[in-house]
Parts: sequence; structure tokens; C-alpha cells
Amino acid sequence: MKRLSALAFILALPTAALAAEVAPGEVSFDGMAVSEPVAKSAGDPEAGREVFVDRGLGNCLACHQNSEIENAQFPGNVGPSMDGVASRWEPGQLRAIIVNAKEIFGPDTIMPGFYTLDVGVDVAEDRKGETILSAQQVEDVVAYLATLEQESAQ
Amino acid sequence: MKKTAILLTGVVTLTTLALAPRVLADPVDEALTIDGQEIITTAPAPTEPEGHPFDEVRSGWLYREPDTRSMEADSFENPGMLAVERGEEIWNTAEGEAGQSCASCHEDASEFLKGVGASYPKWDEASGKPINIELFINKHREEKMGAEAYKFDEDAQKDLTAFIKNQSLGIPVEIDLSEGDMMSWWEEGKERYYLRTGQLNLSCATCHEQNNGRYIRADHLSQGNTNGFPTYRLKQGALVSLHNRFRGCIRDTRAEFPDAFSDELMALEVYTAWRGGGLSVETPAVRQ
Repeated sequence: MKRLSALAFILALPTAALAAEVAPGEVSFDGMAVSEPVAKSAGDPEAGREVFVDRGLGNCLACHQNSEIENAQFPGNVGPSMDGVASRWEPGQLRAIIVNAKEIFGPDTIMPGFYTLDVGVDVAEDRKGETILSAQQVEDVVAYLATLEQESAQ
Repeated sequence: MKKTAILLTGVVTLTTLALAPRVLADPVDEALTIDGQEIITTAPAPTEPEGHPFDEVRSGWLYREPDTRSMEADSFENPGMLAVERGEEIWNTAEGEAGQSCASCHEDASEFLKGVGASYPKWDEASGKPINIELFINKHREEKMGAEAYKFDEDAQKDLTAFIKNQSLGIPVEIDLSEGDMMSWWEEGKERYYLRTGQLNLSCATCHEQNNGRYIRADHLSQGNTNGFPTYRLKQGALVSLHNRFRGCIRDTRAEFPDAFSDELMALEVYTAWRGGGLSVETPAVRQ
């Protein structure tokens, strides 16, 4: 028994050192930010760009214009433009907005919470208990948005 | 000449909008006339009961692109008018055990039906609930004609509803909330309107009240008024009923959606009809 628990401890150790994935209900907001990453691995900007565009994932273009995406089909304007977003928000703030925008902008914002289970009523059967994005996808989008620096005026 | 110039300016503006980052785009300021009938596309918001969120209610027609607007303005071009024609045939065709058609009792459809479509949903004493045109048709089919009720969204239901509503083209929507228990259905509908549903956590109000005038993709969000239903939707290439649209909107929030003609959606129909009160019936409207 003792040996087994010791083994479990050793096995658990490397994971703990790499930081564990944070469950949707466990994300802690400090002020306007979520400083700690929610996924185990660092975000990949390329993957984040795909999540941003994909209508079944982030579908961010539905509401946000973004000049970095060429040939974007009909970006919406319900939300602000993403041009230079990294010059306006820290990564921790971007993470907080993506995880649950209502924590930052208040309950009336139209922006869905992409990594929260605090959602509307009557959630579709196949979406119950699911977040819109995975923890890793959140980190990927944060990493991608962090590349969108304001270009200096020509 | 002047009209062409205005139209061209409109096209140029829209093209510019599509290329440049779009700012909040106001609906157009244009008059709509269909078959010589003036259509009221803006009206002061209803004041009774209190609490309407807007000063002015606006038809969704004002939010559509020029080609969609002109398609509705010309009843020969409006694909929804084919449904109205089919609906007229149904009106005149005897069905059921009693061997009666609608026309058997209501001979002069255009006279008898004038204003009917503008006054629904209406309190129905027998069922103790509000009924809409679709349910009114079913009630008459079962009780007067000895015919089967239409199933939700079967073509004949949409066609006949479109025909009936089209007889009120131009007449302002005005429902009677003083009858029976209409006010408690209005209250229920209002609650439903502001209820956030689904994984995307959106209510009707999130888009159609707080963000109307803005774009989600190419969709210019309107006030969500119901005066044009059943409406011809270019996206679906078909006439779309109001309850179909309600369900589609709720589904798009990634939520389970209520049955057509359920109490929830009948309440929502009462409330939304009130919200768009004063606008002309436009059935069959043409929308994106």
C-alpha cells in the first residue's frame, strides 16, 4: 500500500511541475486577468489562428474584423476589431476575456464565454457539460492574439 | 434619374462597407410601396404597456441589401407571392367531410380577411390561450370542415397563412392585449425574450435589441420584428414560418428548442407582435 502511494506520488510529480490543466470552474480571475495558463502546454499561435477562423470553433470573425486574416468572408462588427489587440490587452487579460467575457465586461455582453460552464439555459444535449473551446485551444488563441501588435502608421 | 442615383450611391456605400472595417450601419431611410400600397416601415413604438425599449420600431426591410429590398417591393419578383397564389387556391378548395372550403363561408376573401392578419395572435376563449393564424386555420379545419389539422410547417399551412396575412398587406399590426389573459402571455413572452439560452448564452434581446444595426458576418441585425412572416428567406430558398424562425434562432444559441405552437413560443409570438406594433403587415416579406 505504502509503496503504491509513493509510486503514485512520483508519477504525479512531473505533471504537477508542468502545471495541470485548469478545469472551467477552477479558473481564477484576478482583477481583469487570468494570469495562469489554463492548459498544460504553451499556446501555439498557428493553431490559434485556425481556431479564430473556424466557424465550428472560435468563429471569431463572425463578430470581429481582423486585417491579419486575408480574404476573410464578411467579418462582423458586433465586437471590436482585433487589429492591434495585443497593444491594448495583456495576454492574461485576453485569456480572461476568452474564458468568460462576462467576468470582464459584465453580464450584458454578447460575447460568449469560451471556457466556462456558466452558460444559458436549455443547453443542447450534445453540448451539455462542454465548453466551446478546450483549454489548449484557449491558450492557442491567446498566443495568436498576442501576435496582433499595432502596426505603426505608414 | 434621381432614383438611379440614389440606388447607385447605395451600392457604392455597401461595397465600401464590405471592404473597409464596418462601423455601426444604420438601416436605410427609404420608402416602401408594394402594388401601390404604402407600407409603414417605421412607426412610433407602442406605449401600452410601458417599457418598450425603442422610441421607433423599424421593419427588417430597412436592414436588407438593395437587391433584397427591391425584390420585396415588386410583387412579380417576390418568390413568396407564389405561395400566396397557392394559398388562394387552398382557400377556394373544398376539403374534409363537410365538403366545405374557406370560401364557402367567407365568400369575399379580400374583404373578409382585411385586417385579420394584422390582429393576430388573438385570445381564444375556447382553448383559454392565444391562437395565431396557423392555429386558427387548424381549428376551422377540424371544427367546421371536418378536415385534418395541418402538421407544423407543411406547405399548405405556410401557403394559406401567407395568403391570409397578405390580405392585410399595408395594415399596421395591432394586437388586442385586453382580451382574456393576454397580458400574462405578454409577460411570459417578455421573460422568454430576455432569457439567455444555450452554450452561446444569448437571448433574443442580445442581438435584436442591444446589437441591432450591427453585423454578425454578413447578417445586418434587425429589431427582429415579425410583421413580414411567413417570410421568404433567400438563405433557405423557401417561405419560412415564424415558429420555424423562432426555433432556428434558439437552436443557433446551441440550445434545445421548444415545439412549434408550444406555450413558450406562443407567448413569444404575442410579445414580439406587440414589440413590432404599428408596422404594416408585409407578408410575404423577403429577407436574407
